[in-house]
Amino acid sequence: MQFLGRVGTVLLGLSLVLAMCLPVGAVEPIKIGVLGPMSFTQGEGHWNGATMAADEINGAGGVKVAGVMRPIKLIKVDTNEFLSIPDATNAVEMAVSRYKVDFLVGGFRTEAVQVMQDIAMDAKKIFIGCGAAHPELCTRVTKDYDRYKYWFRLTPINSKYLGKVDFILLGTAAAIMKKTLGIKKIKVAVVAEKAAWADPIVNISQKLLPAKMGMEVVGVWRPSPVAKDCTAELAAIQRAGAHIVFTTFSSSVGLTFAKQMGELKVPAAAVGINVESQKSGFWEATGGKGNYTETINTYARVAITPKTIPFYDKYVKLFNQAPNYTAGTYDALYILKEAVEKAGSVESDKVLPFVEKTDNVGTAGRVVFDKSHDVTWGPGYVTALGTQWQDGKIQCVWPYHWEKVFYEGTVPFKLAPWIVDYWKNKK
Amino acid sequence: MILDIIIDGLIKGSVYALLAIGFSLVLGVARIINIAHTALYMTAAYLIYVGTKMMGLPAPVAMVASIVLTVILGLLIYNFFIRPIQEHEAAVLIATIAVAMMIQEVFLMIFGGHYLGVNPLIDGYATILGVKVTYQHLLALGLALVVLLATRLFLQKTRLGLAIRSTAQDREVANLMGMNVTRVAMGTMAVSVGMAAVTGAIVVPLVTVEPTMWMHPLIMMLAIVVLGGLGSIEGSFVGAFILGFAESMVVFLVPMGSFLKDSVALSIMILVLLIRPEGLFGVSFEEER
Repeated sequence: MQFLGRVGTVLLGLSLVLAMCLPVGAVEPIKIGVLGPMSFTQGEGHWNGATMAADEINGAGGVKVAGVMRPIKLIKVDTNEFLSIPDATNAVEMAVSRYKVDFLVGGFRTEAVQVMQDIAMDAKKIFIGCGAAHPELCTRVTKDYDRYKYWFRLTPINSKYLGKVDFILLGTAAAIMKKTLGIKKIKVAVVAEKAAWADPIVNISQKLLPAKMGMEVVGVWRPSPVAKDCTAELAAIQRAGAHIVFTTFSSSVGLTFAKQMGELKVPAAAVGINVESQKSGFWEATGGKGNYTETINTYARVAITPKTIPFYDKYVKLFNQAPNYTAGTYDALYILKEAVEKAGSVESDKVLPFVEKTDNVGTAGRVVFDKSHDVTWGPGYVTALGTQWQDGKIQCVWPYHWEKVFYEGTVPFKLAPWIVDYWKNKK
Repeated sequence: MILDIIIDGLIKGSVYALLAIGFSLVLGVARIINIAHTALYMTAAYLIYVGTKMMGLPAPVAMVASIVLTVILGLLIYNFFIRPIQEHEAAVLIATIAVAMMIQEVFLMIFGGHYLGVNPLIDGYATILGVKVTYQHLLALGLALVVLLATRLFLQKTRLGLAIRSTAQDREVANLMGMNVTRVAMGTMAVSVGMAAVTGAIVVPLVTVEPTMWMHPLIMMLAIVVLGGLGSIEGSFVGAFILGFAESMVVFLVPMGSFLKDSVALSIMILVLLIRPEGLFGVSFEEER
């Protein structure tokens, strides 16, 4: 008994010494949950952008909150939203309740982000979306501000503006074809994956192209978003005599379509939205057959702002791939840092007014949130880009002196040589 | 347009036929509903990607290696997951679903959800009667026909082929006649997986390699097998071309509904089954009982 008593006294003494050695009030990190399908390119973009920003911020000492420098701790939340939306719900619940994150960034599929948004709003966590484009996500803020005020969208621009850019790209390509090939009336094949977000673009195309843009719609094709073969569609498009294929793809069909279009050397320019062609792996996955594919994009190696090229180069150096729009988490972290430092707190209600007042020169343009907490689009703000694959490189081809906007490094849009040959010989 | 439909339908049908005949063979002989069949087709596709893109092997070497490795994997799956429960068809069905999901998850873990591609063996295209067809598609069509012919000869002219056919007709009688039905089943499994692997090898330059690429061919393959008659090799051959042509017709005749091509193909299957429940070449259910 006496021996046990001595051991107890020693242990108690040791505990006291250990307790005295611990620093009083150790600095608690700011926890940011990064949401994304981490096995897929989109999730990799979320994580890469966030880690790059977090490393830079922590390297510079952290975030100054009420005089204390606090580091950022990222929590990787794999939403698996491509394969299962319930997985996304569970992942966000876990981030909020178990890991007790202070803020959330990321998300990709609108259907999944809507659910994630609800969970984040219930937990009163500021959530900066970097992936989903549907306007409804921000309409919710105007409809029910008190509930959805913690939501902001940073990338990409919403699908309404994406549609605008889409038609500008189409008009630009049509003008170049008319001038280069002497075509009087441009014939357009509208090809859009069968998905709800693509329906408005198809409907508007059918009305707008003949009525306002002086083009002829030779047909509308709606392949499945995951179609593995588009040769039949391409044969029909060529039979229809299309000069331009106006694409609306966000899924794997974009890769299949571009690859087969290049293999068959279809004499039409592919212009529009093709999310797969925003990725560095597109060139290899199509075996170079996706050359000359044009798409709306967020990043390219052009001087949108003084931050763009350094960000782009560092990203490529670190991750061996070009950033896609989900890497907007990089800017999201800097926006949060600025707001937290101004608020002197990590409490959502204190930080919120400062996020609302954001006027930040980011990597994709000047970020100002509108009343619906959506990123503002237009000259002087975020414009988005038109990029085209040109001999193995993603080149920015738009804005090319549009509304006095020109980013250093932008090059002219190119027509594939077989398109030029075909239509010149046809005359 | 008719020419477009014929050429496109022929190419699609031949690829489906390769998959469906392999599946049908093992179903007819060993009563194994191997849902992992198209997951093995995907395995061959990934192995070719690894061989050509990551290891820098010449494409033909990578193709042969991938076929051999896939057959070995298929036999391991048969030995460890199927054989112990072979007598319980429902259990085999569920086990092979699990195996297919496992294969998918393994590839997802290793390669992520990235869309990968393999270069065609022959670049360029030919114009046949005004229809552009890539050489790789023509090669796929040619190879598919050669493989189908070789399978037919194998089944008709070899001792193992005879054993497979007799086991397919009546497993019990084949057993009583002194055939080692387990060994025949294993041989059939090897041929069946080999066909899945060959299909993967032929098709890989035409498709996007990704961890869920096995699902769509699985649905089409099941539809073809049911349409042709469960376990009937002739039925699978004919069924594959019917669905291939049906898909092409939808795209050419209803461009706005080209996403419906799979649904239309499956509807044709249902229609045929309503008229002829045993499928085009199947044994009637009454007779079977």
